[in-house]
Amino acid sequence: MLSYFAKRIASSIPTLFIIITIAFFMIRLAPGGPFDSERPVPAEIAANLEKVYHLNDPLPVQYGYYLLNVLKGDFGPSFKYHDFTVSELIAQGFPVSIQLGLLAILLSLMIGVLLGVIAALRQNSAIDYLVMGLAMTGITIPNFVMAPILILLFGVFWGLLPTSGWGELKHMVLPVIVLSLPQIATVARMTRASLIETLNMPYIRTAKAKGLPTRLILSRHASRATLLPILSWLGPATAAIITGSVVVETIFGLPGIGRHFINGALNRDYTLVMGVVVFYGFLIILMNLLVDLLYAWLDPRIKY
Amino acid sequence: MLGLIQGLNTKMSALIPNEIIADNAVVGLSPWQQAWRRLLNNKAAVVSIVLLVIIAVLCIFGPLFSPWELDSVDWDNMGTPPHLQSHHYFGTDSNGRDLFVRTLEGGRISLMVGLLATAVSFIIGIIYGSIAGYAGGKTDSIMMRFVDVLYALPFMFFVILLTVYFGRSIWLIFIAIGAVEWLTMARIVRGQTLSLKQRSFVEAARVTGASHYSIIKRHIIPNTLGPVIVYATLTVPQVILFESFLSFLGLGVQEPMSSWGVLIAEGAQQMESAPWMVLSPAIMLAVTLFCLNFIGDGLRDALDPKDR
Repeated sequence: MLSYFAKRIASSIPTLFIIITIAFFMIRLAPGGPFDSERPVPAEIAANLEKVYHLNDPLPVQYGYYLLNVLKGDFGPSFKYHDFTVSELIAQGFPVSIQLGLLAILLSLMIGVLLGVIAALRQNSAIDYLVMGLAMTGITIPNFVMAPILILLFGVFWGLLPTSGWGELKHMVLPVIVLSLPQIATVARMTRASLIETLNMPYIRTAKAKGLPTRLILSRHASRATLLPILSWLGPATAAIITGSVVVETIFGLPGIGRHFINGALNRDYTLVMGVVVFYGFLIILMNLLVDLLYAWLDPRIKY
Repeated sequence: MLGLIQGLNTKMSALIPNEIIADNAVVGLSPWQQAWRRLLNNKAAVVSIVLLVIIAVLCIFGPLFSPWELDSVDWDNMGTPPHLQSHHYFGTDSNGRDLFVRTLEGGRISLMVGLLATAVSFIIGIIYGSIAGYAGGKTDSIMMRFVDVLYALPFMFFVILLTVYFGRSIWLIFIAIGAVEWLTMARIVRGQTLSLKQRSFVEAARVTGASHYSIIKRHIIPNTLGPVIVYATLTVPQVILFESFLSFLGLGVQEPMSSWGVLIAEGAQQMESAPWMVLSPAIMLAVTLFCLNFIGDGLRDALDPKDR
């Protein structure tokens, strides 16, 4: 078990390394440097700046410095926002994004599992078809279509919820719903398939045969085997929610990392975009790692 | 008269079963024909195919029948709702450009991106996967480890990075999406190849002196096509979604060209005063995605060897 953990952690390091390396070379290949602005800097100052940022050293040395800085959590200064480093911008946006993301994951898990169980217990009934039809809709309709529709309904026509802004709970309702709808659908489909498979197992038949009520069969016998596959959903879900948060934060005007990222991409703020990519990459790799370790720990059928 | 028709009917119904039995006895169906019949029995898939063909024909030929151009401005109708007399079937945007033409032209782009990028991923995936699976051993594990590493990268963000560096061109979107989507394709093909190369017909081909290249080309790849086609069908909606996502954020297709993502982004900003601007591209996009998903599901059911 321990050796599996060690191996799994070791195997995620090269991926992170590749992300940082691509990031570094893309910064170097980018047309225009941070000091090539309209007003040229005096030669002496330029020389000083180049010295501070090691621009006169050979590329491998610069790469070493960049790697060292990234490991320290320093992504350099922003190209466009004066007085801000990329790390400061990320730190500013992170609380907003993480709240949205965690709430969306929680909501998807709760509602998705509930819907999936209902559909599985009434397999091939009208309710099953309804739930799966809704799930198909949730997966198919993209978030940038869903968000305007919800804003129009809840914000404009009925005036129930604010359509932008940040700070209170009511500001989070619509963004979290938009973020979680596709995930609810995915979880519901997975739960349904997994529960149907579990309910066909011989040990469930045994439980039924000895007269246990459905409620107990579900909670004592079927729940673990059904929910384990859902754990593996967390990895892709993190990636999907991060991608979705880029759209949601833009539409609802929330001050998260996603909006910084898009503004950075539109303004050609190389270091900011790069820093966010490395940060997101790190998050996704970390989540996949955690899921794999949890899986190995929770599932007694897997031996390493 | 009525009696005659009834008599004919009974005669006909007496005839039909015999004919079917005779048909079955004589004509054997190839696996592809069986799959095709199963697909035709799937109502959702058939309706989706018909709808998709209608959308495609509309997108390709529709703009020819409108008096308006992609970027022509109608100074008398700026931001007007759908209106038949002035030939603005979907209304106009705030610059007076016709939304019917812009939506359909956007559809051309979306469908083209979907098909081309899928084709790119299809070709790369099949070649890479079949070589890895056929070679086996060290070559296989190195090639697949490379795929694993790429898999863990947050590709959406690298595509956005690429658009930051190389400008926002539609060709970049093709290449970028194709380069991402081939990973799953390669895994599927490799898995199929691993089991196929043990089969006796491959052995027979080897005995007759066929080269590795021709074994892969003539014997392995044609037999992996079933699952690959299913996955390719499900890739098309993903790709279309990806393109609209980028265009929505302003990083994909650029003005004056139009795309469903661009139109939805423009429409969403003026949703309160001009809801028709967001409705037509949003409905077209949603219907297309639905159809492609249903066709993919239908193909999977039709081609899945488990059900045979």
